[in-house]
Amino acid sequence: MTSHAASLTHSKGEITTSMPTLLALDASSNACSVALMHRPAGAEADEVSARLSLTPREHTHRLMPMIDDLLAEASLTVEDLDAIAYGHGPGSFTGLRIAAGIAQGLAYGAEKPLIGVSTLAAMAYAAHRQYHLRYVIPALDARMGEIYVGAYYCHQGQLTPLMDEAVMSPEALSLPAGQEDVDWVGVGSGWKLWSSMPAQLQAEIGQHIEDLAPVAEDMAYLASREYLAGQGQSPHLVQPVYLRDKVAWRR
Amino acid sequence: MRVLGIETSCDETGVALYDTRHGLLADALYSQVAMHADFGGVVPELASRDHTRKLLPLIDDVLGEAHCGRADLDAIAYTAGPGLVGALMVGASTAHGMARSLDIPVLGVHHMEGHLLAPMLEDDPVAFPFVALLVSGGHTQLVAVEGLGAYRLLGESVDDAAGEAFDKAAKMLELGYPGGPAIARLAEHGDPTRFRFPRPMTDRPGLDFSFSGLKTHTLTTIKALRDEGALDEQAHADIARAFEEAVVDTLVIKCRRALDDTGLKRLVVAGGVSANVRLRERLDHALTKRRAKAFYPRNRFCTDNGAMIAYAGAQRLMAGEHDDSAILAVPRWPLTDLRPPAV
Ligand SMILES: Nc1ncnc2c1ncn2[C@@H]1O[C@H](COP(=O)(O)OP(=O)(O)OP(=O)(O)O)[C@@H](O)[C@H]1O
Repeated sequence: MTSHAASLTHSKGEITTSMPTLLALDASSNACSVALMHRPAGAEADEVSARLSLTPREHTHRLMPMIDDLLAEASLTVEDLDAIAYGHGPGSFTGLRIAAGIAQGLAYGAEKPLIGVSTLAAMAYAAHRQYHLRYVIPALDARMGEIYVGAYYCHQGQLTPLMDEAVMSPEALSLPAGQEDVDWVGVGSGWKLWSSMPAQLQAEIGQHIEDLAPVAEDMAYLASREYLAGQGQSPHLVQPVYLRDKVAWRR
Repeated sequence: MRVLGIETSCDETGVALYDTRHGLLADALYSQVAMHADFGGVVPELASRDHTRKLLPLIDDVLGEAHCGRADLDAIAYTAGPGLVGALMVGASTAHGMARSLDIPVLGVHHMEGHLLAPMLEDDPVAFPFVALLVSGGHTQLVAVEGLGAYRLLGESVDDAAGEAFDKAAKMLELGYPGGPAIARLAEHGDPTRFRFPRPMTDRPGLDFSFSGLKTHTLTTIKALRDEGALDEQAHADIARAFEEAVVDTLVIKCRRALDDTGLKRLVVAGGVSANVRLRERLDHALTKRRAKAFYPRNRFCTDNGAMIAYAGAQRLMAGEHDDSAILAVPRWPLTDLRPPAV
């Protein structure tokens, strides 16, 4: 097994108000990841520790051990969590369901609230956190010549959606109406279809960063806000968001 | 030991709670058959999506019906294969997540071992050893069963499964999906003497089956009648009857042969096709003559269900088996790869 499990940054101090103890997981892409937000005993601030595994077909083998690791490292059990979160999509259908299954099972078993986080929002948040970008268009390659896409305004760690997330052909992509003259940046694998995007859009987009993928760490931050806003739900209500609902259902 | 069983290998979401001392406490099933009927068969992506929607509510129903809390569970068993990989993953990952938060063991179970042991949930349970005929949409196998996990393949279909043949014949007759029950209903009004369909591979020794020739024969018969303008309602029923007779006869002949070859006196019949009434009548008749006895699951447990998974899982969990942290979803998995639980 060629597993690559890397410990990501321990970002500290960014958060001032007390955050929930929360576990987030994601399997929406070729990578799968888990993040734990908690306040270590004696520490002044909350921290997020994370694991990532770049093992395309092995999410089912990698996720549980990563969850076990993070909880053990923090001396926590599922009982100690305030909430569970997962990347609800869009993304690989099977991956979304693996993450949903684990997250729902964990939340249902321990009677904890569940929070679904958009993978596109997580990418926008990552762009904001890492590059301090404000106007972000996250896009994922949806195969079949299409992209999953959204548009976000990011300000002081808050995300405001500026269009409904959708699946579309890259030819059909345009900037949110009335927001054309700000500095937009595209992020994610969807921008590999750059050459199929309208010339007008290409002229309007400042830059695009293809190499940015959704990870659980960003989902933990977004989910903690949802949790504090009382948005945790009964686990069975938090379903994957596939966006592609009308494919020709071949047998 | 109280075991929650989860089945999501194909187009039914099944959940049940089995107690090794008190027996089956509750079971619930959600069938997607109506959803897939429009497509003439199971659409894997739709099946997987629906499992994700239905599984937790069903678990909740089962625990409620058994007046159990989540904390009363001692273990979780789920179908790890064979089946549709995307559908399997729903049950498997939910089972692992839930087992982790409850801090209890979890075990991936072989779907056909579940079918095989399903008659043991009845009041008059079968004892080892026995011969099992597994007849479903995906399988037609004769297996000698010495004990839990000790399975020897005696014979199997070289092409279509019996249930699949029923489904295909039903399509030719423009009956709905699933085809087995539809053919059986129509055959009631059919004349058994009008057509005689072949009994494939019964004229030579061996315990293998073949149903694809029967399919071709059915198609040729339908075509000929249509060309003559004689494909009326009665002809449909007569064809259904001839088809059912041929499949049932073939299965009975091979079962008799398997009992004779092994010297065993007990036969378990499991899988969707075992619900077929004519098959049961013929088998009972054939077995009584040789002082052997057939055992069937109750009708509800002939097709996919959570109870058989809870039961099969409980047998292995009791012996100390359980998964490590890997979530198992194995689309292809021969029954004969199984072993008795390591003691
Ligand atoms: N009364 C009946 N007579 C004949 N066939 C039947 C009857 N009832 C159900 N079947 C057949 O049983 C099959 C469904 O059985 P089941 O649910 O056990 O199998 P499956 O899930 O398709 O396959 P497997 O369990 O091998 O993966 C269908 O092919 C159906 O036509």
